Formats: sequence, structure tokens, C-alpha cells
Amino acid sequence: MVLLFNVVLISCDKQKAKDDNINKEENKISVVKSYTYNQLKTFLNKNNNKTYVVNFWATWCAPCVKELPYFERIKKEYEDKNVEVLLVSLDFPKQVEKKLIPFINKRKLQSEVVLLDDVNENFWIKDIDSTWSGALPATLIYNKNNRKFYEKSFTYQSLENELKTILNP
Amino acid sequence: MKQIKTILLVAVATLITSAFTFKTDKGYKVGDTIEDFKLKNIDNSMVSLSEYEDAKGFIIIFTCNMCPYSVANEDRIIALDKKYKAKGYPVIAINPNDPKASKGDGFEDMKVRAKEKGFTFPYLFDEGQKVFPKFGATKTPHVFIVSKPNMKVEYIGAIDDSSRNADAVSEKYVENTVDELLAGKKPTVTKTRAIGCSIKVDKNAGY
Repeated sequence: MVLLFNVVLISCDKQKAKDDNINKEENKISVVKSYTYNQLKTFLNKNNNKTYVVNFWATWCAPCVKELPYFERIKKEYEDKNVEVLLVSLDFPKQVEKKLIPFINKRKLQSEVVLLDDVNENFWIKDIDSTWSGALPATLIYNKNNRKFYEKSFTYQSLENELKTILNP
Repeated sequence: MKQIKTILLVAVATLITSAFTFKTDKGYKVGDTIEDFKLKNIDNSMVSLSEYEDAKGFIIIFTCNMCPYSVANEDRIIALDKKYKAKGYPVIAINPNDPKASKGDGFEDMKVRAKEKGFTFPYLFDEGQKVFPKFGATKTPHVFIVSKPNMKVEYIGAIDDSSRNADAVSEKYVENTVDELLAGKKPTVTKTRAIGCSIKVDKNAGY
């Protein structure tokens, strides 16, 4: 992920990358990818050997921010078990530059963060999961065999327990 | 000792029961009849729906000070009240959050925000969080349209189809529903969804 943003960064601003100390820039991001629901949907329905933990959150959502470290820890501790974490931000599109990007850099988030920018909430909330009322935070854990959705906050323990039920049903 | 054990057992049982009463599939459904409530308004008066003798129904909106999605919808809520109060469908706003779990959502904070924004409708405080679970509200903002005389739930969901950006709205769900009710029609859309902030409950309260 860091690498990907590096590529974006370098290709966007070659001159700057040359001038600046690349190491200094390495952990900072300057772009968050923005997806419509149709584009995001691919990431919610992958059919491979990996297990995906997808968290819907926003920088202004206090319970979301509180549980972010647990998702980061899952990413770190389950990376070798084929688990990937995706953080789908529902921040206001106008606040990406001002709030979301500085937040990611300040917290040094390692999981991939994307923005879901799609007005037709009434369609995609239901499409992501029929039980979701739309409240944040919410989390989807899935692989090709199992799929569970949670409209709730997690502790590290409860998140890991749920992940385990998907990994070893 | 035995008495303490009994008390503990009862406490645990109560905790378990209350945990289940807060599940999202509980609460009023479209077609249900709602119970009246009595909640404190920002002017310190107590408000019940039964006082609105001339109303044809209500646009009940669970909302709060601190949720950015609520804030993004404040002007739309004010506009709804301006448009529909005179037609018989006033807005009744209710803050469901426990201020202990959501700083800035206390009763005094509500008074300040209502004054700043010039709320034209009651802004009620769900003290003790007894009302929002009956509705099955899960987030702010969360709208329930109720018609009189049967106090029937006609619609549950979003204000419109673009909570984050008022300029991108293409369907005004609440307006459409109230217009249909005023015209004596059955609402065509009765359930919609939008992103919102989870309702904040105090963790120590045992929910």
C-alpha cells in the first residue's frame, strides 16, 4: 500500500520526489482513492484464497476512531494468514484533503484506506448488507466461503474472535 | 449471602435482557401504532404528541448536536418544518444520545445549538434513553413519519438520497411521503437507508 502511494506520489510529482528526501516521504500519503459503489463492490466480493476485513468508518466518528487500532493490529498479526484489511471512509468528500489525509498520516495507518463517495446510499447500504441500517461503525468480514456483517463496535478480542469464526468456521 | 447471589442473578438477567432489547431488529415497523411520549424540550416544557390537536401527523427525527451527518442535515430539517408545520406535519426532533457517552450532546448544549441554528421545532431530550429503543432508532439522523389519528408509522429512514451533500439530492423521501399522505395517498416508499452516527449509549449502563 505504502508502495502504491509512493508510485502515485512519484508519478504525480517527479520533480518534487527527486528534490525531497524520498525516505522522508515514504510513509506519508497525499492521495486517497475515491470510489463509487460500483467500483468499491469488487473489493467486497473477491473470490480468492484471502479473507477480507472491511471496516466502514469516518474520522469524525468517535467509536470508529477508537476501534481503528484493532483493525491495524489484525492487519499486522494476520498478514501471514492471508487476511487483508480495507478501511472504507465515509468522510465528507470535501474534507478528504483537510481531515482524512492528515488523519491517516498522523496515525500512520498501514491498512489501505479508500473513500466511498456515492450519493445513492439507499441502494448501496442495503446492497452491502440487508441488515445494515446505515449506522457507523460497521464491519464486513468475508472470504469465498463465509460472510458476516456487523453493525457494531469491536474490542480487539471480539474482532479477533469474529475473524476466527470466518477463518475456521 | 444467598440474598446477594439472588440480587446478582437478577442483575445479570436484566443485563442480558436489556442487551437484547437494543437489537436493531426491535422497535416500530411501518404500519405499527406508536405510543405517545413525554420528553423535555429545550424551553424546559414537557412535550407530548397528544398536545398537537390540529396536527395530521408528525415528522419525528432522531438527531443530535455532535454527529456531522446530523449537522449536514440541520438546514434540511429546518426547511421541512417550515414547509410542513403549516400543512399539519410538524417536525419533532429528539436527541437520543447519552451525554455521558457523547460530549456536546447534553441538554444545555442542545439549547445552544437550537438557538444558533434557529430551530423552529421542539428539540427534545430522550433523558434516560427510554424512547429511541421503542422506535428502534439506530442512528442520527433517523426519520419516522407518523400519521394521525391512528398514530401509524408510515415511513422509516432517510431525509433524502444524499445525506453528505445537499446539492446532490435527487429524491426527497420525506417530502414525497408527506405530500402523498396529505393527498390522501398511501406512501410509495416506506423504508430507506442512509449513513448516520450510531446512537451513543453509556457503556456502564449495561446495554
